[in-house]
Amino acid sequence: MTDLPASPLVALLVGVPIAFALVSLFFRTEGRARTGLLGSLGTTALAFPAILEVARKGTVIHLLGGWAPPLGILLRLDPLAAVFIGMTALVGGVISLYAWWYFRKEATAGGTSALFWPLWLFLWAGLNGLFLSNDLFNLFVTIEVVGICAVALAVLSGKAASLIAGLRYLLAAIAGSMGYLFGVALLYGSTGTLDITLLGAALTPGPATTFALIVMTLGLMIKTACFPLHFWLPPAHAAALPPVSALLSALVVKGTFYILLRLWTEVFGVSLTFAAGQLIGVAGAVAVLWGSWQALMQDRLKLIVAHSSVAQLGYLLMVFPLIVLAPGVAAESANWLSPAWTAAVYQVMAHGFAKASFFLSAGIIVIALGHDRKSSLRDLVARLPMTAMAIAVAGVSLIGLPPSGGFFAKWMLLKGIFMSEQWWWAPAVLGGSFLTAGYVFMILRLAFAPAEAGQPVRPVPKALQVCALVLAIGSFLIVLPADHIIQFLESTAPFATGVETYPEGGRHGND
Amino acid sequence: METYQIYSLASAVIFAVGLAGIFTTRLFFKKIIATKIMGGGVFLCFVSFAERDALAFADPVPHAMVITGIVVAVSAAAFALALARRIQQLTGQETFPVEEE
Repeated sequence: MTDLPASPLVALLVGVPIAFALVSLFFRTEGRARTGLLGSLGTTALAFPAILEVARKGTVIHLLGGWAPPLGILLRLDPLAAVFIGMTALVGGVISLYAWWYFRKEATAGGTSALFWPLWLFLWAGLNGLFLSNDLFNLFVTIEVVGICAVALAVLSGKAASLIAGLRYLLAAIAGSMGYLFGVALLYGSTGTLDITLLGAALTPGPATTFALIVMTLGLMIKTACFPLHFWLPPAHAAALPPVSALLSALVVKGTFYILLRLWTEVFGVSLTFAAGQLIGVAGAVAVLWGSWQALMQDRLKLIVAHSSVAQLGYLLMVFPLIVLAPGVAAESANWLSPAWTAAVYQVMAHGFAKASFFLSAGIIVIALGHDRKSSLRDLVARLPMTAMAIAVAGVSLIGLPPSGGFFAKWMLLKGIFMSEQWWWAPAVLGGSFLTAGYVFMILRLAFAPAEAGQPVRPVPKALQVCALVLAIGSFLIVLPADHIIQFLESTAPFATGVETYPEGGRHGND
Repeated sequence: METYQIYSLASAVIFAVGLAGIFTTRLFFKKIIATKIMGGGVFLCFVSFAERDALAFADPVPHAMVITGIVVAVSAAAFALALARRIQQLTGQETFPVEEE
């Protein structure tokens, strides 16, 4: 892998946000916010030349300090990483603009809001590093950076409810990363390398590998909030400040999903079984139905949106049973792999845009009315027309109605499901969409209902509403370049690769 | 039974004890200690792999990784303790509230 073209842009994607985060710490409130915003926009801008570089040259790499693996650390930017980095850049950029205006309006006592910028830039550096890492231990460090910054951001408001939710989140995150690290130790012990490419070639099936697969998968599933390990997500995401909830739901949980996807397709091919893929799929299907049902039962807008995240993450897990092929099926003949991978990538993007928009809108409603109980939604169409529209547009994408990004993701998922003849997943996909339609239409019905008298509406800066609307519309616009994005991704593995399994090979992989 | 098997088994047991600890208590402090115990198991496992393949010298890479891991774990625990202390100051609570769902 060291013979691939090198590019300094790869290192800058991590270095620039870290540099701005450090510089911002030298300033007080106002200067820190300015440096922070500048750093955010700079990191967003940097993603475009990086993606163009990949489009021109294919996968590009950077050797840290000039040391080659197995001793040194290699950062590699392949098309899959580029798409995740691009999504993070666009969604993160808009959320940064929202945060800029939000913290001007709602300057919290004690200046805690000034801590947002360094923490968010460190988090961004961690996420970019995660997408670029090709080394299991490096990935551990990046998930810790991401995890600790995410918890610190989640407790930024300093209220008791958010602190308790944050501590629960932190404990889940520590337990998850310890599970992951245990797997890393076992893999190092049996192969002597941690480079993903080298591991994929060197790993042999056996009890140690199977155990590593189980603890790493479970650890990452805790961090991705996969059913039944999702318990920490709704309170933590609902109690955080609006820009933070958007970041956590749209970007942070996608990071560990990305690792899971890479590990399953690039490292653990030898010890995966068809049943392991099916089990993850069951967890995903139950998450879709349970999460959507719970969302319907909530009476606070932010809790509805947070439970809906659990459901939407479930769709991502339903890609695994399609990628892990049944015994005897060759990867070359499995023509549903491309739709399945497209579904995963588009679900990540569509959910990123739509959910960020939803949380930002919830924040606008809290500013305007002081709370986010269901009654706050009444007469939203007259009070905050732009926000009502953002919620409607983002909601349509979450349900998966054409021509949204959410529709494209779910359509591709269904296509993959029927082409692979695993029709038993289809009811969960459709059922999830119906339940999602339930809570989105419930919100919209309230938005058109007359308001209770005597509720004053505080003015909300237009800029905040524009940010939420831009993200909602973004969840539709991502469909336009779909051909180009898929072509871009298809050029390089792991996109559209499947894991072949053998009836006699390995054991059942997961609990 | 070979030495590395004893270490591996012991680390798996320690890890499991820590994991069980997280789920069997509602006290903040006990949960934080439980995550430390999980970490102890993982680090023991990692360090024991340094004596691999009957090398004449110990493999330094696991040590480097365990030191990094310990630093990360200490910071995470410090953060968790700070959160727990702040919650205790604000509300007087030392345990997680019982789930209502």
